Amino acid sequence: MNQIVDVMQFEDGRSLWQDAYARLRNNKFAIFGLVVIITMILLSIFAGMLSSYSYETQDLYLGATPPSAEHWLGTDTLGRDMFTRILYGGRVSLMVGFLATAVALLIGVTWGTVSGYMGGRIDNAMMRIVDILYAMPFTIFIILLMVVFGQNIYLLFLAIGAVEWLTMARIVRGQVIGIRNQDYIDAAISMGLSRFRVIFRHVLPNILGPIIVYTTLTIPNVILLESFLSFLGLGIQPPQSSWGALISSGVETIEEYPWLLIYPACVLSITLFSLNFLGDGLRDALDPKIAKD
Amino acid sequence: MALLNVKNLNIAFHTRYGSIIAVENANFKLEPRQTLCIVGESGSGKSVLCSSIMGLLPMPPAKIESGTIELDGENILQFNNKRLRSIRGNRISMIFQDPMTSLNPYLKIGTQLIEPLTLHKNMSRKKAWPLAIDMLNDVGLPEPDRLMTQYPHQLSGGMRQRVMIAMALINKPEILIADEPTTALDVTIQAQILQLIKNIQKKTNIAVIFVSHDLGVISGIADYILVMEKGLVVEEGTAENIFYHTKHPYTKNLLASIPTKSKSDLYPMEDRSNSNLLVNIKHLKTYFKNQSQWFSTNKNLVKAVDDVSIEIFEGETLGLVGESGSGKSTLGRSVMRLVDIYGGQIILGKQDLAGLSTSELKLYRREFQMIFQDPYASLNPRMTVFDALAEALQIRGVSSANKVLSEAKELMIDVGLEPQHIRKYPHEFSGGQRQRIAIARAIALKPKLIIADEPVSALDVTIQAQILELLLNLVKKNNLTMLFISHDLSVIRYMSDRVAVMYQGKIVEMDNTETVFTQAKHPYTRALLSAIPVPDPINERKKYMSIAATHDTAL
Repeated sequence: MNQIVDVMQFEDGRSLWQDAYARLRNNKFAIFGLVVIITMILLSIFAGMLSSYSYETQDLYLGATPPSAEHWLGTDTLGRDMFTRILYGGRVSLMVGFLATAVALLIGVTWGTVSGYMGGRIDNAMMRIVDILYAMPFTIFIILLMVVFGQNIYLLFLAIGAVEWLTMARIVRGQVIGIRNQDYIDAAISMGLSRFRVIFRHVLPNILGPIIVYTTLTIPNVILLESFLSFLGLGIQPPQSSWGALISSGVETIEEYPWLLIYPACVLSITLFSLNFLGDGLRDALDPKIAKD
Repeated sequence: MALLNVKNLNIAFHTRYGSIIAVENANFKLEPRQTLCIVGESGSGKSVLCSSIMGLLPMPPAKIESGTIELDGENILQFNNKRLRSIRGNRISMIFQDPMTSLNPYLKIGTQLIEPLTLHKNMSRKKAWPLAIDMLNDVGLPEPDRLMTQYPHQLSGGMRQRVMIAMALINKPEILIADEPTTALDVTIQAQILQLIKNIQKKTNIAVIFVSHDLGVISGIADYILVMEKGLVVEEGTAENIFYHTKHPYTKNLLASIPTKSKSDLYPMEDRSNSNLLVNIKHLKTYFKNQSQWFSTNKNLVKAVDDVSIEIFEGETLGLVGESGSGKSTLGRSVMRLVDIYGGQIILGKQDLAGLSTSELKLYRREFQMIFQDPYASLNPRMTVFDALAEALQIRGVSSANKVLSEAKELMIDVGLEPQHIRKYPHEFSGGQRQRIAIARAIALKPKLIIADEPVSALDVTIQAQILELLLNLVKKNNLTMLFISHDLSVIRYMSDRVAVMYQGKIVEMDNTETVFTQAKHPYTRALLSAIPVPDPINERKKYMSIAATHDTAL
């Protein structure tokens, strides 16, 4: 009995998630990524307080000026302050990035898990639907949505999410089928666990790695997709802007006014790098095998 | 001068996580016609030693620290790649453990078989083809002409291993290295392959290095034996010396781990004529549809379990033995209702489980629990031991957190694990310890019936012996009822009160263990029994002599 009492002392009731948190804290890159992303989010939320300029007021006499003490990141061809425009652009880009990806994640993971776990005819039918949606030209699909429901930034999130989930569903389905055939799933079923519990406790935690990696790849995709849609006139409209839109207009004047491209591109790159660091950190933190050195 | 002379060979693996000495100071000589057996458990360095002779070690991380490997007096460790290639498959050949993965699935047997000839002997395809057919004939394969144009997947495991042997021997090498060549095969096929190697040796004077973890397998064919443990050759000697005058404690342990006893030697046979009937399986049928084409109408049914009736009494262990493909695992999974059954009844008490729908079944699931073969696949890698056991305990209705923790710890003690490791993840345990966790999880639910599907066949012999002992103790202590599935007759004999022999989906014989082992009625059972390798060189050799006499005409 003595032995058991001793053991009680270093039991801290760790769960997979608590373990993961502890491990994430030790990963410098991941923490760096997390800090950068939180900073970016805060900066774009409090954009109005941080800058004395407005993102839409034009100053045509000023025109494009390189970075200076008044305009830290210069001004664009219409004389608007770039720093302010990048901050406000972040609102749109980050919102699109996170919300559209969340939509894609939700639909994709649910669809893929059900399809892979149930198998047989259900799987077949669900995957054919994915195939049919894949075959639809995506721009036309979004234009249709916009025409039917009107132009609205939240609809844009849904529209992009509704396209991006297809690949997620396929990846998840493949992973679930791999896990489904493991003996520990049979063991869980034979204990009498409900399907729901088997999926949530035994299947999903084991496919988190690929899901997280694909999610961090989807976010930049979505941010760039938004700028493409905006370019077609389907996304946000000037004078509003986003990082993608700033970059694509910056490309046009790359020789005369390089700062119009460099700064938004830097901000986007730093954000995406940070997302990748965080994603890799999360993946490693959630895998107990990698943890112990 | 010896054909092969290995002197003071040291091999280490240098990885990011540190260095491991895989082979330490190995010395041995190999003469023509000699069979050298290397025995050891996983991680003993026996496969590394073989790979180094073939020049197949991955370098880095492997590094040959010192020593020489001399082939006819030349140190092959100093050969360049081109010279090494001229030896591989030409003077030294190798056959591997798994015949399912060592043949290229996209190439026809003939194409693969003539490759060594066209490569090393510069033969034309036309000239090589008849030689390959002769070779297939020599290894005892029927219809070699037709076989040459077939793909590997059309052949059984035993046939593929024969093809591998044919391919290894086609250039008439001087040395054949066989790395666990029979481990993936059924006992009867194993006996045939061992016989084949022995016969070929007699005809061609080839020297054989035979690697195995199983002392029983090598006892009949070995001339000289090296016993390896953790990279070190701990004992070496002639077969007689190793088996009859064992010196090193590790070798003694290996020999003692081979189950030779019967359950009735350990416990008096219990009379179960008065015990309650626990599970009554009647006319159970499990058919699988062959992958049918989309619009084809003919349904090809594979009858994996074909009208099987078994009664299992309370407190008994029923051994279910059969070779791969006999349907024994499918029977176990059918009783668990993990596969869809086609017909029949599984009666527990008064309830027929076969007729229940998936949702009705949920209530009865925990009465039957399973222990799986592969402890690396049967535990959720993201759940600690505590999580896994707590899940089972909660299903049994243990609700208070303190109670769950204390019961989980008791379970760990019951299966011989240290309770302070309760918060560890499966990968932090060894294979044997993992199997103990899986056993704890199965008994946590206090099921009426435990189905153990090959629970020890993925484990090393010494670990296997420990797990079998644990299971036997648990059965006695908790009066468990068990359906014990295995391909290994000696394991079955050690564990079971009664034995059912399964062949092609049907039970061909079922009786008390000793009756089956001493007075087997069905010819298939007798064939199985005679194929069991025993760790007794003199008797095993006699077996080969007698089979050789009857089969010589076939070769």
